[in-house]
Amino acid sequence: MAGHFEATPGGGASVALDEVEVAILRSLAVQLLELIGPGAEPAEGEDPLAALFAEGPSEPPSDPALARLFPEAYGDEDKELREASAEFRRFTENDLRTRKREDALAVVRSLDALAPVPDDGAVLSLAADECRHWLGSLNDLRLTIGTRLEVSDEDEGQDGSLYRLPDSDPRKPMVMAYLWLGALQETLIETLMPD
Amino acid sequence: MGWVSVASPVEIERPESAEETFVVPEPDVPWVTLVHNDPVNLMSYVTYVFQAYFGYSKDKAHKLMLDVHQKGRAVVSSGSREEMERDVQAMHGYGLWATLTQDRN
Repeated sequence: MAGHFEATPGGGASVALDEVEVAILRSLAVQLLELIGPGAEPAEGEDPLAALFAEGPSEPPSDPALARLFPEAYGDEDKELREASAEFRRFTENDLRTRKREDALAVVRSLDALAPVPDDGAVLSLAADECRHWLGSLNDLRLTIGTRLEVSDEDEGQDGSLYRLPDSDPRKPMVMAYLWLGALQETLIETLMPD
Repeated sequence: MGWVSVASPVEIERPESAEETFVVPEPDVPWVTLVHNDPVNLMSYVTYVFQAYFGYSKDKAHKLMLDVHQKGRAVVSSGSREEMERDVQAMHGYGLWATLTQDRN
């Protein structure tokens, strides 16, 4: 069924996607990569070992979507907690960015492997490890778009305000993408859920 | 049978745990990992993460997810500070909003 993941033997999953859906997913994954940034790869001529031990940032990102992807581990209620969060961030954020980048790259790669997508669409088949990359990246995309849309608990469910936006609302395309990603993620989880 | 004493086997086992208290400071004050509610993460996803990462049963994972959703947050694991930092880092990897704190209750 279009837009819905189904389990395949060996712990994988597949979904039928049309040309437009492939293009949208790819574009969103690339935008996510741009948002997450290039990471700590060594610049040309730089010692790769030095980059391996390079410390990450200590300040939380100013962009609200990035701040949601890379939260304060000890909270930020007082100075002591902010300092503990800063230290944690220095030693973990680079790894976290690497993981999220790898998830998004895996999405781009599996979509590129489909090209060219025929007019009547294509079936994307993911192996088990690709499913986990996709699950992570679909969630990162929803966190990012959800933060941009300032989604709140009141927006939830079929009666939520997100479902009732008029077509003229400038947020409508983003909301449609957000809800569609949610359905994709939901069906992917169903295929992965351990009983 | 009057010589049987409950105390002696207990004393024999004591030294091991007594040694540990020298290694681990403040053994009685564990740290906990809290997962906080957010309006974006799917309930099924949060349940999936609790099962996949912590190895919790479907029932336990589901109940913890409901606690997060309804009470705003839930303690999902406890242990040493290092263990909780590892859990929080993993939760952030999954995109869940998690913090660690010392459980003073």
